[in-house]
Amino acid sequence: MDTPMNWIANVVRPKIRSLLKRDTPENLWIKCPETGQMVFHKDVENNLFVIPGSNHHMRMRAPARLASFFDGGAFEDVPLPEVPLDPLKFRDEQRYVDRLKNSRAKTGQPDAVKVGVGTVEGLTITAAVQDFDFMGGSLGMAAGEAVVKGFETALERKTPFVLFAASGGARMQEGILSLMQMPRTTVARRRLYDAKLPYIVVLTNPTTGGVTASYAMLGDVHIAEPGALIGFAGPRVIEQTIREKLPDGFQRAEYLKDHGMVDMVVHRHDLKPTIARLCRLLTKAPARNAVPAQAPSPAPAAAVQPAA
Amino acid sequence: MKSYLDFEKPVAELEAKVEELRALGEKGDAVAIGDDIQRLEAKASHALSELYAALTPWQKTQVARHPQRPHFLDYCAGLITDFTPLAGDRLFAEDEAIVGGFGRLDGEPVCVIGQEKGSTTEARIRHNFGMAKPEGYRKAVRIMELADRFGLPVVSFVDTAGAYPGIGAEERGQAEAIARSTEFSLGLGVPNVAIVIGEGGSGGAIAIATANRVLMLEHAIYTVASPEASASILWRDSGRAQDAATNMKITAQDLLRFGVIDGIVGEPVGGAHRDPQAAIIAAGKAISAALADFRGKSPDQVRDLRAAKFLAIGRSL
Repeated sequence: MDTPMNWIANVVRPKIRSLLKRDTPENLWIKCPETGQMVFHKDVENNLFVIPGSNHHMRMRAPARLASFFDGGAFEDVPLPEVPLDPLKFRDEQRYVDRLKNSRAKTGQPDAVKVGVGTVEGLTITAAVQDFDFMGGSLGMAAGEAVVKGFETALERKTPFVLFAASGGARMQEGILSLMQMPRTTVARRRLYDAKLPYIVVLTNPTTGGVTASYAMLGDVHIAEPGALIGFAGPRVIEQTIREKLPDGFQRAEYLKDHGMVDMVVHRHDLKPTIARLCRLLTKAPARNAVPAQAPSPAPAAAVQPAA
Repeated sequence: MKSYLDFEKPVAELEAKVEELRALGEKGDAVAIGDDIQRLEAKASHALSELYAALTPWQKTQVARHPQRPHFLDYCAGLITDFTPLAGDRLFAEDEAIVGGFGRLDGEPVCVIGQEKGSTTEARIRHNFGMAKPEGYRKAVRIMELADRFGLPVVSFVDTAGAYPGIGAEERGQAEAIARSTEFSLGLGVPNVAIVIGEGGSGGAIAIATANRVLMLEHAIYTVASPEASASILWRDSGRAQDAATNMKITAQDLLRFGVIDGIVGEPVGGAHRDPQAAIIAAGKAISAALADFRGKSPDQVRDLRAAKFLAIGRSL
């Protein structure tokens, strides 16, 4: 996208970065993709990776997401099943096993999905996070097993399950075995459904392809982060198919809400209280600020107002 | 008129010679030419079976998309009596990319659903080349719900390059429609059998292919995304479809080895398009045999077996 800041980004920034590289971590400065404004990385990090000022929601890595979601940043890291490596023996310019190795080194994660259990405003919740930085959050066998494990963990512990989706879709290098994660995760989702435990999906930027066409669109409640790209086919594919320009805001969170596909678009700062409130309501847990035992449930009753 | 694929050229040449000799024979000289014809015919049929015994994944892709390959409605006409299609999702529209309804297989009432690509230009447009929109999948769910309630097994014929990627389809929730259809298939208390008769493309296929038994025709393909889409995603170049097909293990033989499908239905020599009737009969037998395995099972058993089967995929590679 062309912004007035582009000439600075292209000309000045690389020089500054190469000068600073020696003794400072990379990403010292971040450019807001929406406004082009340069912001200090620490400020963004301290703001849950939302750019102060523009409110643009940056991608969030899985460990940071879990830490920000659970009370005091503390959670139990759920061990995930190992899966066969490179069943297709896939290679193009690079062997798939090497791509995996690189992604593991880059992210410090074994694959794209991380699962944790902890408390959110005092309520125990199981959460899974898809990490877009790991091969585009793609849904391979490892990610599929991790999502299944997330559902199973919620089922065993009798907790709600919250899934933060972010994915380009299938892991192409695992071919049909990637596609099979769609019915596999759906089997697991069904079990949580039968157990009457809440399943809340948070759609983050971007969530497309087989992930949307399976567990990410089967939530009891769908929450989207502002501006998130959410869809089945990617915009490039659609444009190539219909050879037309796509409408403004197409496949963005707000557009999906307008078309009835998500329940709410929620700023990242408000996610935690919103999810906690929903989980409490759906599991009939007492309201967070309710006076315990001695005053039996006046708070929820008072909240019910006849429709105006 | 017969149409040949590029790689069938040697066969095409031999068969053309046979035709030439036949034409000559009709003008006279029949005795001398008769032997030649027989020799050439034998040679052509040998060449054909050799060729089809060792098709590459890309060649199979071409066979799976052959314009004369039997499509869903051909199977329906050949196998299903009393076929009564239903229409509409009761929400938005009728989508003819997916055809579905009720009929009898071997005399027994069944629910039949399938993607239809169309066999003439007009039909291809009407059926949107077998690429369904959300209303197609929602119609499938509606029909499966009827099947479940009335206790009729579901047979689905899979033949699509994928779900339709368009503005309207996205607006109306293509992803959600596919996810619901997959979920509904998994929850059926009646047994279901899916057979990939041509192309099983991506989520658009999965939506109706999540079954107790999944079968594939010998030269059908089943992919995470069509070879063109795969190449576009992997290398931003849909022109490398052949590379994608070669790399991605999309043939029935590979998928059986991975435990993704449960059986392969043999095709006539030279592919289903050379003898559609034989292919249709073979498919019918395989479907009936698969359904027979679930006779007498309770709805819970049917559901549990299906769930366990899918959960096991990939766990013992």
